[in-house]
Amino acid sequence: MIPVLDVKGLHVDISLAAGVLHPVRDVSFSVQRGQTHCLVGESGCGKSLTALAIMGLLPQRALRQVAGLYFEGKDLSTAKEREMSDIRGQKMSMIFQEPMTSLNPSYTIGNQLEEALLRHKKVSRREAREHAVFLLDKVGITAAASRLKQYPHQLSGGLRQRMMIAMALMCGPSLIIADEPTTALDVTIQAQILALLASLQREFEMGMILITHDLGIVARVADRVAVMYCGQVVEIGEVTELFENPLHPYTQGLLACIPVPGRTRRGDHLGSIPGLVPTPIGDLTGCTFRNRCQYAFAGCADEDVQPREISQGRAYRCLLSPDACAQNASRRQLP
Amino acid sequence: MSGPIIETQAVVKIYTVSAGAFRGKRPLKAVNGVSIKVDKGGVLGLVGESGCGKSTLARILLGLEPATSGQVWLDGKSVSQVGRRQVARRIQPIFQDPYSSLNPRKSVNSIISLPLRVHRIGDSTYWNRQVEEMMDVVGLRRRLRHNFPNQLSGGQRQRVAIARALIMRPDVVICDEPTSSLDVSVQAQILNLLMDLRREFGLTYILITHDLAVVEHLASRVAVMYLGRIVEEAATEDLFHRPRHPYTQALLTSVLTPEPRLGLPETHLGIAYPNPIDPPPGCTFHPRCPKATEICQTTAPDPVIEDGRLAECHLHEPLT
Repeated sequence: MIPVLDVKGLHVDISLAAGVLHPVRDVSFSVQRGQTHCLVGESGCGKSLTALAIMGLLPQRALRQVAGLYFEGKDLSTAKEREMSDIRGQKMSMIFQEPMTSLNPSYTIGNQLEEALLRHKKVSRREAREHAVFLLDKVGITAAASRLKQYPHQLSGGLRQRMMIAMALMCGPSLIIADEPTTALDVTIQAQILALLASLQREFEMGMILITHDLGIVARVADRVAVMYCGQVVEIGEVTELFENPLHPYTQGLLACIPVPGRTRRGDHLGSIPGLVPTPIGDLTGCTFRNRCQYAFAGCADEDVQPREISQGRAYRCLLSPDACAQNASRRQLP
Repeated sequence: MSGPIIETQAVVKIYTVSAGAFRGKRPLKAVNGVSIKVDKGGVLGLVGESGCGKSTLARILLGLEPATSGQVWLDGKSVSQVGRRQVARRIQPIFQDPYSSLNPRKSVNSIISLPLRVHRIGDSTYWNRQVEEMMDVVGLRRRLRHNFPNQLSGGQRQRVAIARALIMRPDVVICDEPTSSLDVSVQAQILNLLMDLRREFGLTYILITHDLAVVEHLASRVAVMYLGRIVEEAATEDLFHRPRHPYTQALLTSVLTPEPRLGLPETHLGIAYPNPIDPPPGCTFHPRCPKATEICQTTAPDPVIEDGRLAECHLHEPLT
């Protein structure tokens, strides 16, 4: 089966006064239809820029280099802006974190929903409106027809995010990129929005890239996960494999940081990763995690660490052998 | 443990807000009769969705906002008699966003020492010594003292905020979402620090957060707020193992723990959090409650206290 998206060796460079910033370095992954692929990592790890690079929405001074970027088998690495804007919003659409800032406050919801359809397909305004009502209904917004005349500020945060989802679905995309779609929402609403995304994704057989920093969300919705650190994918694999048998020291460290009711003992110290994320600027040699890694040795600084594939679709970027990593994990007593 | 260090009795806060253009002003009950009690050395977790009044309650406890009615006692004395200055010495806040709660034009040194200067305690040598000591305690390198907030990371800023709160050696620290703007690995560092400081200084915390996993880890008691009322209050273990109020149960099911085989939970809550200007009649939770009956639509439940825990729900009223 042709994956809906296949990214190989994606790099993003940004020239700054202090040198060249490398926020995304050698990122490769692929998403199948009907599959949720999570990109997880802390702020500044390059997960959002990866998404923007795929969509062709990088800021002007950011330079994209990519060994291969295939969307439904079609090469997008050399696509012109015109071709990209035909694909964006139609076959590939995006849901952003804060719905209030990504919706236009001075247009009605109806206007904003219909726009994508009118832009990409030959439909009448009436057909567009009917489709908008159909989708608002699908995302659980009641009295959909009357909502079309409302403005974004008249809706609550949860409703706005539902509307963003409906907007992303207007043209029937085959890939959805959701960037922290629930971070601005309350916990009870978060669970509902995620469940909604998952059910729509199954119904319309879309591929989804979900970007988040929350490992709880990843565990519950992902099929596959890529853990990012400092611009690189440090570990990738099926979700159960990755959570039950984390190999990279960074993944292990992250999992040890989260309190889990019933598993971590109340009042005990949580695991933590000492130090700070380095800024990926200038010449980077060696593993970028070595300064914070309790298992680092001299060799970590010498050469760039290549991903080590241990089975189909499961890889990690560390010099330690899989057995050594597994031993470290069991010694850490992860929750 | 001795008696409660901080206690409130039926605290009410009513704001007058505009209900929309040309529609005049209407009262909004942000906090609607809240009574809490925190023992010395305890940690009270205060949870609820945005708009439930938890931050307003914090502002009242800090004395930043007068309560419309009700009483706040600090160590058995009414706050209105103790005086604003004395209260500020003994209750200190740590706010959510260390990016906006630190003055960007002041150095770390002057941010941390400000409470001492405001209260005119000691002289400049004393201030310097205290700042250095506090920086050691919260794990900030001393050489950062002349830096400005924009030169610090999020975790370091939150450490500055903690140092500023502790320099007065307060009894009670009110932490309003202390880690929600931080990354996962930094969040763990700050939570560990808060737990160590509590032991070291014998602090009492009121921990306001929407992250129930954090509450479970830190708190000794938990109060769940909904639309300005405390709907359930119990010891942490009881609340997590045997939640009584349907809202608490829904909150607990919506915690997404990193366990991949469980899938997404179904909370059975309707979508809309009600507008606090127009609270529903009867039990304010009934439009979202999967267990609501007729009585819930008309009559507000009274708090039921049983086995040292409180629940405000018709399901738990004793049969008459």
